[in-house]
Amino acid sequence: MSDCPVLDIKGLTVTLGTRRGPARAVAGVDWSVRAGQTLALVGESGSGKSMSVLAATGLAPRSARVTGRVHLLGTELTGLPEDRRRRMRGRHVGFVFQDPTTSLNPVLTVGRQVSEAAEEHLGMTRRAARARAVELLDLVGIPSAARRIDSYPHQFSGGMRQRVVIAMALACEPDLLIADEPTTALDVTTQAQIVELVADLQRRLGTAVVWITHDLGVVAGTADEVAVMYGGRIVEQGPVDAVFAHPSHPYTSALLAARPDPAAGGADLITIRGAPPSPLDLPAGCAFWPRCPVRADARCEHEVPPLVPVSAGHHVRTFYRHQRPTGEDG
Amino acid sequence: MSGSEEKTSRRALSALRHDPLAVTGSLVLLLLVVVGVGGAWLAPSGVNEVDVDRMLQPPSWSHPFGTDELGRDVLSRVLVATRVSLQVGVVSVGIALVAGVTLGLLAGYYRGWLDNLLMRCMDVLFAFPVLLLAVAIVAVLGPGLLTAMIAIGVVYTPIFARVTRSGVLSVREQVFVRAAVSIGASDLRIMRRHVLPNVAAPLIVQTSLSLAFAILSEAALSFLGLGVQPPAPAWGRMLYDGRGFVTEAWWLGVFPGTAIFLTVLAFNLVGDALRDVLDPRQLTIGEARRNAG
Amino acid sequence: MGRFVIRRLLQSGVVLLGVTLVVFLLLQLVPGDPVRVALGTRFDPQTYEALRARAGLDRPLVVQYLSYLGNALTGDLGVSFRSGRPVTSIVLERLPATLSLAATAVAFAVLVAFPLGVLSAMRSGSLLDHAARVFSQFGVSVPDFWMGIMGILLFAGVLGWLPPSGYVPITEDPARWASHVVLPAVTVGLVTASILTRFIRSSVLEVLSEDYVRTAEAKGLRARVVIMRHVLRNALIPVVTVVAVQLASLLGGVIVIEVLFAWPGVGRLTYDAVQARDYPVLQGAVLLVAALFLLTNLLVDVLYARLDPRISVR
Repeated sequence: MSDCPVLDIKGLTVTLGTRRGPARAVAGVDWSVRAGQTLALVGESGSGKSMSVLAATGLAPRSARVTGRVHLLGTELTGLPEDRRRRMRGRHVGFVFQDPTTSLNPVLTVGRQVSEAAEEHLGMTRRAARARAVELLDLVGIPSAARRIDSYPHQFSGGMRQRVVIAMALACEPDLLIADEPTTALDVTTQAQIVELVADLQRRLGTAVVWITHDLGVVAGTADEVAVMYGGRIVEQGPVDAVFAHPSHPYTSALLAARPDPAAGGADLITIRGAPPSPLDLPAGCAFWPRCPVRADARCEHEVPPLVPVSAGHHVRTFYRHQRPTGEDG
Repeated sequence: MSGSEEKTSRRALSALRHDPLAVTGSLVLLLLVVVGVGGAWLAPSGVNEVDVDRMLQPPSWSHPFGTDELGRDVLSRVLVATRVSLQVGVVSVGIALVAGVTLGLLAGYYRGWLDNLLMRCMDVLFAFPVLLLAVAIVAVLGPGLLTAMIAIGVVYTPIFARVTRSGVLSVREQVFVRAAVSIGASDLRIMRRHVLPNVAAPLIVQTSLSLAFAILSEAALSFLGLGVQPPAPAWGRMLYDGRGFVTEAWWLGVFPGTAIFLTVLAFNLVGDALRDVLDPRQLTIGEARRNAG
Repeated sequence: MGRFVIRRLLQSGVVLLGVTLVVFLLLQLVPGDPVRVALGTRFDPQTYEALRARAGLDRPLVVQYLSYLGNALTGDLGVSFRSGRPVTSIVLERLPATLSLAATAVAFAVLVAFPLGVLSAMRSGSLLDHAARVFSQFGVSVPDFWMGIMGILLFAGVLGWLPPSGYVPITEDPARWASHVVLPAVTVGLVTASILTRFIRSSVLEVLSEDYVRTAEAKGLRARVVIMRHVLRNALIPVVTVVAVQLASLLGGVIVIEVLFAWPGVGRLTYDAVQARDYPVLQGAVLLVAALFLLTNLLVDVLYARLDPRISVR
């Protein structure tokens, strides 16, 4: 049972119907995450990292067409009636979204927002759910939780609001926590606290975590696995140490280089030239080639490179590695 | 920056071209203008040709819209009345536009006590239901075409003042306006060259929608006998005069009313299409207050 | 919260003062001598002098205004040029008829617009949504009095189901009041409903795209709970304002509809006063309506502050 992944995604493809025609936001993505493990999904906006998770759990926009196979705790989610999928989602998956200011309902008390999921999925009475909400707010480090439970979101600071959102996500003791850029809207000090809080909760509750981020630095310390996404595809995937030590895709290397280095005083911040492509007009071939500093191969512009192994569990989708003698590792 | 005025009108035009409803609305408006200008020539008979032998005749080949209680040709009267409606609409919205934009510019640009004073005055005007205030103004000035235009103009001034002011407040702090101030450009020049073009989009939308409301208000005023005076034909007045006969002579109600409806609908369709493109989030103050009183 | 209410009260007070000034100045706009104009062919020197003295028209303008204001504060709005009766009681007599019409019209409008607006937002792009949009475009473009005439033609003329016009007080005979109120209330209500439908639709659409709705869906709440607890609660707060503004403007008497249906409300009174050049009654009706309008807006703002917890901290 412990071998069975909490969430397992295979060949997930998401096509959004937009006013300007269909947009392929996710193109055949595979990943999985096990209990107690953290998977970091890394990429720029529009890379499909959030969309792959939303679509897998049935939260894609109505216009989206989703194909592929998704297993949550061994249950196939795709093709499941919406009502059962909704219950699986609420009971076993918790979500923490980017901006706690907009992801909390402004006219409901925080207590109500934390307790409602417990009422729905654990069959708790309103009173029991309220007591549980106090517990949860306490767990995520909100001081004098019993007193603050009837406050409204606007009466909390940004960091405290994100703690409320985390409490909300944990209401049903989910097997999987999905954190979608939960620190982006917060200041640096608070960011570190939230990262630490999630890591701590994960240790205590054994939850699997999918951490979606555009900032490799955030996940360096906490993630077990990394999947780097670009233009709707995974371009590099592997154990965090292997990927950091031997980034094998030009895009991963660029992301690592773009990371502000506190040791260097944050002096030179290297950025990747150009902007990430829109899902509406992805370039042919490898989606990264227009921005790629290497462009190792004539096929880059016409052919999508296959995902090939670099070392144990470490895969990369580029023609670049191919030109080097196999077996060499960096 | 000075090009943004052209850009606004270009965007507006292309918006109208690509929206079938807006194209329909524009075509109807074009037709109305033609009828408004040439109504008297197009009319098959004189608007005040009384014929006591042919009272309340149903539509026929010689009188396609029938005849009224005095035997006058309804089609001719509907055609000729087009001009009055358009004229009142355009002139009164023109008054509201000029007055409102001036007040809004002054208030938004100079802020301070002037802003406070002007906006409180607009609040006062806003405290009256639209039609009630128009009726009161016309009643004291004496009924007629000119007073109706003035009254409707006054009533719709606050909307333009508010739209202008909020637009001015948002562009006032932008870099190019501050830059113009710092190089010593005169206030008038800054307003004309930099501020006004940037509030053009919401104003265009508001103008189009206000034309619809103004024509409805004119119809209501003339229904109450406060618009253009008989025997000159006006759509609202025709409905008022015909209301007692309408159960026997449906055409007295149907045709003038359809004329008002189509005119207002055409302006609304064009206005909505403009809003979708130019100013999707504009507060629909006018809508919320329409038909008040 | 308290401070917010006090500030709004003060603001409304200032605006109301401006309103009295405008209403007062209306009489000054009458070309010539308003009393002479009002009396017209019924001119008789004795009545003329009495009315002029009562209206205090010989005194300086400022004094006239101050005394008008002072009298208005004590509920004295002058006397009718026609009947010589106090304006205040003339106007208040007409209020019940207008109130019952306005309330019925708004109730009808809300009953139509609420489901239509919410459903068309939730099924945006569906057939129902298109129908709702056609309906609201029709409603904001059609002259209400024309719809009233068509209603009379159809329901009173052709079908003979309803009386074409007239009024029976609700206290006298509720059933006959109801049969008389249907046509005018539906006529006004359809226009109001189309405005509300549009507003509710866009308000719900806006909330549906909010992050916290996605959060609620992520929690796995039932669709019904998401809609009722998270979407509608937020979307309807601004709708309350619009409903109240609509009601307030209808309280002003839907002049044209009251004239068309011979409904003896404030609007009909205004019309009669205009016809009779009975300026004090016109002034009184306009002042009362504007005051009611301001009061409703004030109440709405206070209600709004109660509904939206974010406002109370300001």
